[in-house]
Parts: sequence; C-alpha cells; structure tokens
Amino acid sequence: MPESNHAFPYDIEAVRADFPVLHQEHHDGVPLVFLDNAASSQRPNQVIDAIADYYRYHHANVHRGIHKLSEEATAAYEGARKKIRRFINAASKREVIFTRGTTESINLVAYTWGRANLGVGDVLLTTEMEHHSNIVPWQILAQEKGFTIRYVPVLPDGTLDFEAYARLLRDEPVKLVAVVHASNVLGTINPIADMARMAHEVGALILVDGAQSTPHMPVDVQALDVDFYAFSGHKMIGPTGIGILYGKRDILEAMPPWLGGGDMIARVTLEGSTWNDLPYKFEAGTPSIAPAIGLGAAVDYLSSIGMEKVHEHERIITAYALDRLSEVPGITVYGPQDVANRGAVASFTMEGIHAHDIAQILDAEGVAVRAGHHCAMPLHDKLCVAATARASFYLYNTLQEVDALIEALYKAKKAFAL
Amino acid sequence: MYDMYREIILDHAKNRRNWGLLPNPDFDHQEHNPLCGDQLRLTLHIDENGVIQEVGWEGDGCAISQASASMLGEELIGKTLEEAKSITKQDIFDMLGIPLSANRVKCALLSLKVLNVGAYGQGFWEIREDEEDE
Ligand SMILES: Cc1ncc(COP(=O)(O)O)c(C=O)c1O
Repeated sequence: MPESNHAFPYDIEAVRADFPVLHQEHHDGVPLVFLDNAASSQRPNQVIDAIADYYRYHHANVHRGIHKLSEEATAAYEGARKKIRRFINAASKREVIFTRGTTESINLVAYTWGRANLGVGDVLLTTEMEHHSNIVPWQILAQEKGFTIRYVPVLPDGTLDFEAYARLLRDEPVKLVAVVHASNVLGTINPIADMARMAHEVGALILVDGAQSTPHMPVDVQALDVDFYAFSGHKMIGPTGIGILYGKRDILEAMPPWLGGGDMIARVTLEGSTWNDLPYKFEAGTPSIAPAIGLGAAVDYLSSIGMEKVHEHERIITAYALDRLSEVPGITVYGPQDVANRGAVASFTMEGIHAHDIAQILDAEGVAVRAGHHCAMPLHDKLCVAATARASFYLYNTLQEVDALIEALYKAKKAFAL
Repeated sequence: MYDMYREIILDHAKNRRNWGLLPNPDFDHQEHNPLCGDQLRLTLHIDENGVIQEVGWEGDGCAISQASASMLGEELIGKTLEEAKSITKQDIFDMLGIPLSANRVKCALLSLKVLNVGAYGQGFWEIREDEEDE
C-alpha cells in the first residue's frame, strides 16, 4: 500500500492548488473532501480563466461575422475542437461534434442514425450496466420503430457476460451495440476494442458511452475502432453544457441531420434545403461557444499532466480505497476487485444504514459522496439494492481524503449504534 | 446534523411499528420517490364507521422515510380516514421533531404522499377545486 501521496506520478499538491473550490471549509472548521467526481468534477483556474477571458475580450457569434471579434471567437471555438480531436485521436476534426453532453450525443445518434437504420426485425444490443442515458433514448425509439432491445447480462463479479455477448451477436440480427466504456456504479472498464471487433465481425456498429472513461484514462477512438463515442465536459474538469459526439466520418456523412436551423445548412430555399459539411451539419444554431473553449482548456490541463498519469493516480487511490473499505465491518463494495480493469468509483452499502443516511452523515463530516441509484436503476435491480453510496475519485484526491471517508463511515456506524 | 438521527428516529427506523402488509386491505397504495428510489406501500383495515382499525406497511428507504412511515402509522390507528385528511406536512415535521435539510424533506413526506395520493386517487377523499394546488 502506498504510504503517502509521493506514490502518485505527479505533484498532487500543485494540482490541488489549481482548484479553488477544494480549499474551502465545508462547514465551520470542517474541510471539504470532494468524492462525488463521477457525478461532476471540479474546475481548475485555467478553465475558469479561459471562459472569463473569452467573455471579457473575445465574444461574438461564430462562423458569421467578418469582423475581428467574430474571427477571434471562431478561431477559439474551432481551436478547442482541434484540441479535442487530438485528445481522443480522431482522424479528422470533422468527426468531432459539439453537443450538450453524453446524453445529447447518444440521443443524436438515436434520432438520426437510429431512426434511419433500426426497424422491425432489428436488434439493438446494450447491457445491464448502462446509465439511463444509454437505455431510455433507445426505448423511446424502439416504440416508434419497432426494433428489439437486448441486454448483455452483468456477472456477479461486475463484469459483462462475454459468452452471452458473443452468443447474442451470433444469433440475433444486431445492428448496433450501445455500451458503456467505464461503469459509473461498478467501475468496470469494458474491453471496448474487443467488443468493437466482435460487433464489426457481424456487421454491427458500436456506440460507446465514454462519460466515465474519457476523464480518467487515455482514449484513442481509432485504436478502439469504435463508430461513435460520447462524453461530457463537466466530468473532465470542463464546463457543464458541453460534450462531444465522435463519429466515423463516412457514417456521419450518410446520416440525416437532427436539429434544423442556422449553421447546419448549405443552402436554404423555400422548396427545401441542403446540409452543411461535417461537423456543422449536426451543430444547428449558435453553439455553446464559451463552454467549448473551456473544454479545450480542460483538455490542455489534462494533457499537460498526461492521461496515463491521471489513470495511474486513480489506480493507486482506488486500490487504497477498496482496501480500506474492506476493513470496515458490514460494508459491501460492488464491482470488480482488480483495479487494472476498474475506474475510480467505489459504490457500497453498509449493513443497517441506508445509503442516504450514510451520505447525510458523511456530509456532516465534510465528505461529499452520492447516494441513490446513480441513474442506473436496472443495474441496481440486478444487484438487488435500491440504493448505494458512491465515492468517486479524481486527479486531485489524496490518500488522506480516503482516510477521512473511512473515519466518517465509522462515525456513521456509531451514530446508528451499530 | 446529528440531531437528524435522534434516538427516537433511529428507534422507529430500526423497529418499524406496524410492519407488514395486511391481508384484504380496505386501502392499499404504493408510491415511490423517483429521485432516490425510496418506496412505500401502505395498507389499512377500515371498519364500517370509517375508523382505521389496523395499519400495515412495507417500504425501503432511509431512516427518515422509515421513521416517518412508522410514526404516521401509529398516528392513523383509531382515526377515521376523514380525520386523517387534516394531517399536514407540518404535522409530519412536528412528529419527527428534527431539523430537516431541504434534500430530506421529500424523504420525510413520502408517508404522507402515500396516504394522500391513495385516498384521493381511490376516491376516499373528494377533490375540491380549492385543494388542487396542494
Ligand atoms: C456512464 C454515464 N453515462 C452517461 C452520463 C450522462 O452524462 P450527462 O448527464 O453529462 O449527459 C453519465 C453521467 O451521469 C454517466 O456516468
């Protein structure tokens, strides 16, 4: 076990210094221990400043004016797109579409590719460990189009049942696999490259929910060979209201547009319209310019540390957290025990105390965690628990903060006379 | 904050009074809190004079929601359903007697929601125009 934060691959105090929100008292005299990063992370000064600087000195609408400010805004907005292209190693910036977040990215695929390609007799294959955002859009569309949704089961160890995956691909007319890269509840990191290869072998496409992977580990969409990849800015030290849909160019080219309006058209006549080139075909209306620029700054920040190192830090802190949680009597932690294939989340229940009560008492001790079903009700049904408490870590969390979590859990037991 | 987990709350949460659903209930309704997944089902035996003779409930949720259901159940026995109509949110807060943060108010009121939605929905109580906003 690591003895101290020196085990981390970068200077964690220097990183913490960049995040003003971490340096406040949660209550009088109680420091904040922020362990709710899977829901949304915090932002460093570099991101906050990039947004403020843009609004102070460079704002105008993009892609329209020929005046200086509009050119500056356009350059900054498109510059952010280039940074994100590099961050996920997309082949072209045309494959990087700005959306409002993971949820909107998945809905975009459902309402364009899905509506055009899924129908009666087709199967959409997803899994039991999905966030609602990768279930509900497909359920809505299935009602309209009459295709069938099948779910790959989750095994007791928190991994996907690959035999079932292979069998379903072989036996069912699967057209799209929609799967999460890293589970926001179990932490499971799914072997996406293998899953993509298997999907392609039967002629299916694969859409990956990267909301919990992109913030925490290197992602190379070409190496993974995925067709669509979705993620959110706010979980990766960027702003809310901005996210990405990556799609392979030829697939995006063939897809009909979704929202209609300004920016997404080539030519409009009263008889009809033609569509703009990628990525603008899917970016109708004035986009979220400042959040996009903020996400560019977030990607710069993460890249300056290096995603390998971010991932290494999380393996260390997650291993430490799993180890310490296992010491606490009455606690059950869900998901894989091997941190090599596990993201930085620890969802748990405690005998005799409901998850909400745990979260409430932890809050009094300054420790912010989430309690509930984490937008994954089918998975909680499978685990046979109504709610779990979840501690989730990010690049600024320390081993001492894990210790604070454990101490607070003992206080919860005491308060409940357990 | 620890006031929230006063002994009386923990006592009710751990030893839930009137736990278990009644057979052939005269009133049977279930509600859940979509935000956190807490759920509660309440069954009642009501005699010919409209008096609640027996209460039985089951549910899953935090200490606050469980204590609230346990306390409300005790409160209901011996009252008519019509009398129960006058139980307000504030009565529930007073019963619990603890400070509740905004995010826990819904937990505390799940029990009253089951009673109200069930009683109106199943026609025990008549909806009057002026009450619709409540
Ligand atoms: C795995 C996963 N998918 C999708 C989402 C949805 O992301 P957003 O709310 O940013 O659209 C989340 C975030 O809660 C998530 O954890």
